[in-house]
Amino acid sequence: MSGRMIADKVVKYILFASAIISIIIVLAIGFFIFRESIDAWTEIGVSEMLFKTVWRPGIDQYGILAMIAGSLSVTFGAILLGVPLALGCAIFLAEIAPEGVQAVVRPAVQLLAGIPSVVYGLFGMVILVPLIRNIDVPGNSGYGLLAASIVLAVMILPTIASIAEDAIRAVPENYRHGSLALGATKWQTITRVILPAGKSGIIAGVILGVGRALGETMAMIMVIGNSAIMPRPLSSNPLTFFLSQARTLTGNIAVEINYATGIHESALFATGVVLFGLIIVVNASARWIIRSQKYVEKAN
Amino acid sequence: MKNIKKSILLVVSLLLVTALIAACSSTSTPGAPTTEPTAETSTISVSGSTTVQPLAEKLAEAFMTENAGVRIDVQGGGSSVGVKAAAEGTSDIGMASREIKDSELTESPNLKVIVIARDGIAIVTHPDTPVSDLTIEQVRDIFSGKITNWKDVGGEDQSIILVSREEGSGTRAAFEEMVMGEDVLIAASSILQPSNGSIRTTVATTPNSIGYLSFGYLDNTVKSISINGVAPTEPNAVNGTYPIVRPLNMLTNGEPTGTVKAFLDFILSEAGQKIVVDDGYISVK
Repeated sequence: MSGRMIADKVVKYILFASAIISIIIVLAIGFFIFRESIDAWTEIGVSEMLFKTVWRPGIDQYGILAMIAGSLSVTFGAILLGVPLALGCAIFLAEIAPEGVQAVVRPAVQLLAGIPSVVYGLFGMVILVPLIRNIDVPGNSGYGLLAASIVLAVMILPTIASIAEDAIRAVPENYRHGSLALGATKWQTITRVILPAGKSGIIAGVILGVGRALGETMAMIMVIGNSAIMPRPLSSNPLTFFLSQARTLTGNIAVEINYATGIHESALFATGVVLFGLIIVVNASARWIIRSQKYVEKAN
Repeated sequence: MKNIKKSILLVVSLLLVTALIAACSSTSTPGAPTTEPTAETSTISVSGSTTVQPLAEKLAEAFMTENAGVRIDVQGGGSSVGVKAAAEGTSDIGMASREIKDSELTESPNLKVIVIARDGIAIVTHPDTPVSDLTIEQVRDIFSGKITNWKDVGGEDQSIILVSREEGSGTRAAFEEMVMGEDVLIAASSILQPSNGSIRTTVATTPNSIGYLSFGYLDNTVKSISINGVAPTEPNAVNGTYPIVRPLNMLTNGEPTGTVKAFLDFILSEAGQKIVVDDGYISVK
């Protein structure tokens, strides 16, 4: 074997090692978090932790359901607000905007992804929270799900917009031509042909957005109020649900880990395990959807 | 072909880097001159309460200027971490900004508790709140969620917004111990903020809110409330009329000896207590 070939082999192994190391890191983190949480699962009990809503480490109450509900509610709010915005953005970039406009809008949207989370939090705290406080409902502090959902909607916008744009661009050109040739308007073509054809890519984008939303920490701590309670409507109007304070799974860990010892610390690691599990499920389903779309494309 | 050349280049550069690292590390093996000072150095590690931490850092700095051979590392972590670190010996000195729990003392009976300063906890509200005096019972009922409207304590007809520290915080533990008592819990619906500074910002910017702060963090962005007619000021805390005052503790495992003892003696000396007072805390002398 010539020297060149040996070099080639060596490089191959180095690259292989790099790939293996990333996998080992993921496994090691997962293993570590799980090992640290075992005490909590065994001493407090799995159902006690997952289905009880009272979190009071001071009197040994470690139910994380309130935080699961908090994380899911704020993610739901962010999807509700962020998806239409992101989708509009993606359709505009892929189908409507001329090249020149694209060259400005796309980097601007991508720039949103580069803004540090604490800056979003600060914006929420200084601008959104005082605005929301003006809604006249007793007990409304401004801090809560609404402020958190708005901040999070903006944070997940670039993720969803760029994946959805790729999905829309991937729709074969002859679909558009066919639709337009049949007399459909541009808008009809977008809603009836292009969006359905790019559906799974768009859904995958949304799911990755959900994963991003579930993991967000700093900005959430700053605007959500961090009360370890089940979010509930403040008045008889069910919409005041979004004015309720809440706490996310990530916030639970970040706010309390500095001071936690013993079983409290372990319970926070258990919170991490739940979060880890949720994010694995979310990301896996996004991959599954993207892959099944590829098969459809191949079949076509 | 190009790719293979690139690969070779990559490998060669990798090898060079490895060789370089190896060369660097071999120069620092024994035999190389060390920069150790001739005087004997000793290191003290201090960890725990983030309330005591800034004070401990200033005390450590002053002590190190006087004693050139001593290094003191001060770390945060929280009161519970401070107690644990002292008990397990991971730190020479632990810091706690609350009373040491009976459970902690039974678990590690060797713990020696040294009160280095006292700190008042002030009840603060948004500056526009008309209420300026509350009783301890009213404060307890407000924080437990029994009183939810300012009109019940002489204010306007507005919902009270509670702002509190997170579980495990020394300030919260001290507040619970001195105001809430054994069985009354702080309402779960209170907004939680993870530091004295963010409590102050939240209360200062949220109308109708109430929270509690260490004296060291009081300023004119928030309104401080008198308790039973006594204003939360240092003289009132010193003369014992202001009721919410907590000890700032340092802990050692067993009687302190050597440099650790010298440092603790320094803290309790006149010079050390002057630093305590200058920092806005109450001297124990």
